[in-house]
Amino acid sequence: MSGRASKYATPVTDRKRGLHVLQVVCIKQVADTETRVKVAADGKTLDPAGVTWILNPYDEFALEQALRFKEAGAGGEVVALSLGGAGVTATVRNALAIGADRAIHLKVDAIQPDPLQVARALADELKGLAPQIVWFGKQAVDDDQSQVPPMTAELLGMPCVTVVAKIELAGTTATVEREVEGGREVVSVPLPACFSTDKGLNEPRYASLKGIMAAKKKPIEEKAVTLAAPALELASMAMPAPRAAGRIVGQGVEGVTELVRVLREEAKVL
Amino acid sequence: MSILVFIEQRDGKVRPVSNEALGEATRLAATLGGPVVGVCVAAADPGLAALGAAGADEVLLATHEAFATYDPPGAVAAVVAAVEKVKPAVVLFPCSATGRDLAPRVAARLGVGLAADCTALAVDGGKLRATRPVYAGKAFQTVGFTATPALVSLRPKMFEAVSRDGAATVTPLAVTFDASAPRAKVTGFTGGGGGKVDLTEAEIIVSGGRGLKGPENFNIVEDLAAALGATVGASRAVVDAGWRPHGDQVGQTGKTVAPKLYVAVGISGAIQHLAGMSSSRCIVAINKDPEAPIFKVADYGLVGDAFEVVPALTAAIKKLNG
Repeated sequence: MSGRASKYATPVTDRKRGLHVLQVVCIKQVADTETRVKVAADGKTLDPAGVTWILNPYDEFALEQALRFKEAGAGGEVVALSLGGAGVTATVRNALAIGADRAIHLKVDAIQPDPLQVARALADELKGLAPQIVWFGKQAVDDDQSQVPPMTAELLGMPCVTVVAKIELAGTTATVEREVEGGREVVSVPLPACFSTDKGLNEPRYASLKGIMAAKKKPIEEKAVTLAAPALELASMAMPAPRAAGRIVGQGVEGVTELVRVLREEAKVL
Repeated sequence: MSILVFIEQRDGKVRPVSNEALGEATRLAATLGGPVVGVCVAAADPGLAALGAAGADEVLLATHEAFATYDPPGAVAAVVAAVEKVKPAVVLFPCSATGRDLAPRVAARLGVGLAADCTALAVDGGKLRATRPVYAGKAFQTVGFTATPALVSLRPKMFEAVSRDGAATVTPLAVTFDASAPRAKVTGFTGGGGGKVDLTEAEIIVSGGRGLKGPENFNIVEDLAAALGATVGASRAVVDAGWRPHGDQVGQTGKTVAPKLYVAVGISGAIQHLAGMSSSRCIVAINKDPEAPIFKVADYGLVGDAFEVVPALTAAIKKLNG
């Protein structure tokens, strides 16, 4: 814990409006989606050799929406909150370069904490911040659990809408569309609330050169945290069984008859 | 011990993913012991006694006017009340839009672990082991649980429903929750394109990629999909180019799908696309480039111009269906 902790723990007040408008965006560093996954020597985790680390793509939509709300008049502060090892600083700095005002890095040693461990640590930190909106990406593209957003909201006792495809703010009420099977649910929710964002919500901005320069001066508050006991035991990670070799059944329009035949007679899917 | 299953309903109809979860529950009950108990949250009984035929011995039904649509605080309270009542070893949820939202809340409330979007379950020395895709299916992890009950959500289309004789006992479940507390409320539904089957639940998917050259050419994919009774999907490249909505995207930043037949038209097969569809039962690739990576995962490949091959295939399917 640094001595700066008390300075940043106080919720920010927008003096003009007398409103407290703090938005926290929970971000995670993940392996790039182009990564060729290999299992590490422990047989349980990703081999980090040669992996490019990026801001979780779904978190970009969360950060973008927070910045848009701030710019559209909500004002206040956008804080990036990330849990991870020492190696996630570059991703946190990237969030600052994109536009977050400051960041909090919850430092842990665990390689792959489970979702409940993460949600508990985030909720503990968020309680002290008392934000109006907590943003998340709908899932991290590494473990794909999509658990942390609704878990954190539940631990905080805050309303939460997941997989947000559209959001509009009127006063302290948000009208949200969330992706469900066959369409979208329209949901109305009072702030403060948590949201997890889907692709398509907005077009995220890139870090500008000016932003990258400014980010160097923005504060990252580092806090060592001790995680609760794990709820899941990671037993193993393995590559999928390779698919049996397929075959080319034909060329051009002449191949259509043979394709239809094998789909009916061999695969029995027609 | 018992197995508890969250029975998902929408608009007064039990959703098929609930039957898949019940099917897996009966298989688990064979090793872990039964009974199989369902818990359903609804405005009124959606015909739960019939779930006996799908494997449920009993279904607990929590009713409230707020449950006409998905109400997270009420649903959490109901599932927690059911857990306290039946003390299950395992709680299964469908990994649907609702299940993805609800199961983590229940896990947080109970302080237990959840394995989400699982594709296989096994019992090893009396302990549950759950296997689930990570990195959008580029790898699979197997996890165990440190506390009871073990919470698991099941990927749609991966688990077989069962069919047997019998009716389930339907028992009212009392739920206490503060219906006036600040909450997210469903006020409507939009974008439902005429009862279209969602990609994650589709039996057949026809996806189009950059090989189609422009959004105006997707009609050949739509025609083939219509002939097959399929749902239309798309690659990330065409979604990012704005040709198709994001909801159509198959792959790592889109939907992960497992239909019985997946037809890829003009899709080269980027790794993040393959990750999202390679657990499909049968994969057909139609591409001009015989070297395209999509042919490495396809069961059947057809090398050719999509603009000639696809309409011919559509005509052949139509003829087949009379």
